[in-house]
Amino acid sequence: MTNIAFVRKKEIPPSAPPITEVGLIGWLRQNLFSSWLNSILTVLSVYFIVIILWDFIPWAYGGHWNTKSLRECLDLDPDVACFSVLTARWKQLLFGLYPAEEYWRPTLTFIFLLLAIVPILFPKFFRFFWFSIIYPGLAVWLLWGGSFWSISIVYIGLTLGALFFLTLIRRYLKNYMIAAILAFLFTAVFFLFISNPVVGLLNVILPITLPFVESLKMGGFTLSLIVGVTGIVASFPIGILLALGRQSNLPVIKMICVGFIEFIRGVPLITLLFVASVLLNYFLPPGTNFDIVLRVVIMVTLFSAAYMAEVIRGGLAGLPLGQHEASASLGLTYWQSQRLIIMPQALKISIPGIVNTFIGLFKDTTLVSIISLRDPVGLASTIRADQKWNGIYWELYVAIGLMFFIFCWGMSQYSQYLERKLKTDK
Amino acid sequence: MEKTKINVTDEVAIHISDMNKWFGNFHVLRDINLEVRRGERIVVCGPSGSGKSTLIRCINRLEEHQKGSIIVDGIELTTDLKNIDKIRSEVGMVFQHFNLFPHLTTLENCTLAPMWVRETPEKEATEIAMEMLEKVKIPEQAHKYPGQLSGGQQQRVAIARSLCMKPRIMLFDEVTSALDPEMIKEVLDTMIQLAEEGMTMICVTHEMGFARQVADRVIFMDDGQIVEQNEPEEFFKNPKSDRTKLFLSQILGH
Repeated sequence: MTNIAFVRKKEIPPSAPPITEVGLIGWLRQNLFSSWLNSILTVLSVYFIVIILWDFIPWAYGGHWNTKSLRECLDLDPDVACFSVLTARWKQLLFGLYPAEEYWRPTLTFIFLLLAIVPILFPKFFRFFWFSIIYPGLAVWLLWGGSFWSISIVYIGLTLGALFFLTLIRRYLKNYMIAAILAFLFTAVFFLFISNPVVGLLNVILPITLPFVESLKMGGFTLSLIVGVTGIVASFPIGILLALGRQSNLPVIKMICVGFIEFIRGVPLITLLFVASVLLNYFLPPGTNFDIVLRVVIMVTLFSAAYMAEVIRGGLAGLPLGQHEASASLGLTYWQSQRLIIMPQALKISIPGIVNTFIGLFKDTTLVSIISLRDPVGLASTIRADQKWNGIYWELYVAIGLMFFIFCWGMSQYSQYLERKLKTDK
Repeated sequence: MEKTKINVTDEVAIHISDMNKWFGNFHVLRDINLEVRRGERIVVCGPSGSGKSTLIRCINRLEEHQKGSIIVDGIELTTDLKNIDKIRSEVGMVFQHFNLFPHLTTLENCTLAPMWVRETPEKEATEIAMEMLEKVKIPEQAHKYPGQLSGGQQQRVAIARSLCMKPRIMLFDEVTSALDPEMIKEVLDTMIQLAEEGMTMICVTHEMGFARQVADRVIFMDDGQIVEQNEPEEFFKNPKSDRTKLFLSQILGH
């Protein structure tokens, strides 16, 4: 029988790993040449990348930028790109049919957009959040024009309503429901009877107006951004509420949410857009002018809200029951616990899915070309209808694709940054 | 060690009478009658599935009972949400799997409920939290996230988090069952310290040493019923019921 007794005689100090496991060589070995199969795949991939770039780089690099028509390009050198179409029509791709002398307005709106999302994306700048609040109104006024006051009055009305609600809660009432109903009535009265005379008066005293631009003039990336950004911002909270509603214990709320989600997910977006552009007019009283861009935005928002709800539901399902129990046992109310404990974690789990939905929504805005709105893809057809550029495909779509890629890639990068930042277990 | 029995008062902290609960068709708690006085320390033990966890989870209404009444601190548990929230803020609970909030630091875990439920100003809440973290002997971990702590440390944070609400009653639900043997002692020490300070405690646990040392009463449950209860000395030395004897021989036998 062997002796099983053993006592360590000396301690082994930690030492550096073998050279083949670290540095560039180690990385290559581990990632590109870890096995025969992996090595063959690496070589094949490199081969395909090389043959694609071999053709693409000379085509793109030698491209013409300053010809007057496609014919002229082909006469010069038919084997390279004809980017002249972009030189000639880039303004249209960006602004659609927006009046040329007013281009500064969508441009300024875009710059303000970048500023407005900073406080939302980076908590460090949260003190500038007030700008994100006023931005939607500002953007609507800049893009569509009209009287400054008719937009401001919306903010004034809502602020007064909110103040009214807070005063009721702080001073007079304990019941949130009754206070909310009263505040709603107050706001409704304000908008029905008070706002119009006030706007009229302000327009006389201090007229600040921009020339009105109608919705059908909106186009190009301006339109993609209007629909995309509004859809993203609006579908997120609606998605959260739908996800919570779907998990609700109240059967009526649950049924409404499930019905909505399943209906919207079961119908193609194109169908909803057709409903928005054509059918809705049958149902509305004759003579009502319900803005086409607004109709499209509503449809796109509802569509992605349904997807968002399911993504967030996935995150909610991923949370251990213990989190609900712990927050309940501390005496937090349902909404406090949702806001402070459940949602922050569920949303964190769902970040990849949420961003996926956002990116999908943003790219789906190109579908509005089907109902003859002039987004970049719709404009590509318009441009080709011009005799000078008839027959041009690659250059236009490469440019449009690149623009979309920049936005979508930005969103994807931000989501990865956010995931790293929110990682708390290491 | 001398037990500090003086803490037990005549004041009733929890009064449970003829309480019944079903999970679907399964009769999980049957005619439970229990009166807990302020300052009393109770250990509940029993085989798994005997309803002991469900019993203490009924006390802060994580589970709803269907028959009988539960009165905590003079407030009866009904469907009234206000009463439930009130009782929950007075009754602390510590769980088997800690259930710390992983997205918040240790300190934030402790200040959250006082700030939102009690509306304590942040500065004061932080002071209380640090005091409680010192009590469970991990003030140096205040700015770490739960995922960075060991199991024993997490469980002590969970105790501190409950204590920050200044509860009058504490419920412990198998708080050492998920811990490595090396970490059980540090959590039990914290609980013993709490017991010595006179906290009203109900502990579901299999730590019989702990029961001997601090409990004023040991309750043995089986099949959703209270089978036997007694002072720990008597309970362990002279168990009356056969079921208790069998249970004790199984858990103390090795």
